[in-house]
Amino acid sequence: MSKEFKGRPVIAGECTVEAVVSHGGFNTLASFQKSALARKKETIVSDQNNADLFGKNITGKGLCLPKTIGSTTGGMVIYTATALNIQPRAMLFSEPIDSLAAAGVILADVWTDDTITTVDNLGQEFLDYVKDGMTLQVKKDGTVIVD
Amino acid sequence: MDYKMILTPEEEAILNGAKGETMAKVIKTLILYGDTFGAKRFVKVTAPGHVVTSFGISVLSPVFNITQELIDAGLKTEMPFTVDPRPIDYPNVKCNPIEKLIFSKILYGKQEMYEKQLRELGLKDKNAFTCTCYLDEVGNTPKKGDILSWAESSAVVYANSVIGARCNRNSGIIELFGMILGKVPEFDLLTDEGRKAKWIIEVKTTKKPEAQVLGSAIGLKVMEDVPYIKGLDKFIGTELDDKTKSYLKDMGAATASNGAVGLYHVENLTPEAVEMGDKIINEDAQVYVIDDAELERVKASYPVMWKDPNGKPDRCFIGCPHLTYAQIHEWAERFDAELKKQGKSKVGMTTIITTAPDVLQKFKQNDGAVYNKLIAMGINLTSICPLMYMNNPLCGKKNVLTNSNKLRTYTTSRYYTDDEICAIAVKGGI
Repeated sequence: MSKEFKGRPVIAGECTVEAVVSHGGFNTLASFQKSALARKKETIVSDQNNADLFGKNITGKGLCLPKTIGSTTGGMVIYTATALNIQPRAMLFSEPIDSLAAAGVILADVWTDDTITTVDNLGQEFLDYVKDGMTLQVKKDGTVIVD
Repeated sequence: MDYKMILTPEEEAILNGAKGETMAKVIKTLILYGDTFGAKRFVKVTAPGHVVTSFGISVLSPVFNITQELIDAGLKTEMPFTVDPRPIDYPNVKCNPIEKLIFSKILYGKQEMYEKQLRELGLKDKNAFTCTCYLDEVGNTPKKGDILSWAESSAVVYANSVIGARCNRNSGIIELFGMILGKVPEFDLLTDEGRKAKWIIEVKTTKKPEAQVLGSAIGLKVMEDVPYIKGLDKFIGTELDDKTKSYLKDMGAATASNGAVGLYHVENLTPEAVEMGDKIINEDAQVYVIDDAELERVKASYPVMWKDPNGKPDRCFIGCPHLTYAQIHEWAERFDAELKKQGKSKVGMTTIITTAPDVLQKFKQNDGAVYNKLIAMGINLTSICPLMYMNNPLCGKKNVLTNSNKLRTYTTSRYYTDDEICAIAVKGGI
């Protein structure tokens, strides 16, 4: 059975992606650092403090999260990951997007040929409902259908 | 493009390419950023900028492509800017030959190229590399009410809280774009409403709290909200002298890194708290009481990230953010007393103190005897960023001690209080 959630499109777009879920704040630098430094073709999350995501591949996935945390290099790191083509396909926030993540997805949108479809304000119920491996259909108007 | 911000004719012309394609992308980025947070307009940046990206790490090539595009388009910041510290200093922070090779050729192989880019974009001078740009010796000290385009979290929280300037918690690159445009979108901490406290912190400890642990406790609780701290003036006074400002620098850096605090008010002390008192607190503010037990609980919650938690420490870093002039003197006295107490003449492990290049220069010039004494104690003084030094696979494996809650948060280093770390460094082990 599918369930529909409505958020605000920050970077509007449409995609169908597999969910990976972080229930706690996503530390951008700590998560991308190891894969980016090693020039890997995919991001295997290296943040040891994130039990939900540590060791998981987030490239091309629908990253579901409350918000990002950590260093103010965060936005730059999201942009860099996109330029290196190891970014998530979508970032889906249960809370209002934070300034660092917003900077990152906007920089990626304006300064690369790629984009991270981004929706915020999806609500806590979204984060409680969505599980790793579920299929997410993201619509331009910020609707996310979880299968 | 669709946007909600109200632009002046000049801003609209820039968006439409009147100042070139690259400048159009700069303003487009800032408009999208402002729109996301409900900004209605741009406001003028009124003081010099500070850039968070100071390291020429190869993986950031896409960032260096943007900076090169800005340079190629003939763009430059409106005012000379400062930048975070460099990642390496071989004479004062020793590396083995393999580390040196990897640092210079691979990891930070683009350092020279990037510093050239920074100079072309408007870097202040060769001493501009510090996270404490606001110190008098460095000279990038904004005034109350100034609008800033900064990103370094410890500097943003200091400028907002201790000085009363106005700056959002921006990301790297965004801050550079604001400096180049000379304007930033007006939202959150740039507005009166955004500067109101959503938390009341009641400090009820029996003694002066360790700044780094107090800041950590506050950050972990309030995350990105603005706290109003009551009861702290009892311990640190009501004057913003060097000692108090140093305390607030360290406390603020911990609030910003353990949480995401961009502004705090301290009752009877920081400018807006003095000016507005309780009026700056939201009516529905939540309350967090901090007593001795709470600080103990927070400190005990820090995980030990060393591979072998019982391993021998390799080195200790003191000064993240960079130490103030007054703090270097405090540390010289603290080490002197501890060495006498332990009957030793030199510290027992590699001990590194970090401070801004301009502060270090002044210290060497004005206090040569104390400087020489510190060197004789076996203590190294440098201006690198300990965080950048450690944030790589080589150094991340070392057993590092620190008195910085920021360094602890972002690396595998282990936190100890000032007195604890002094005793361990002199002894040479835990």
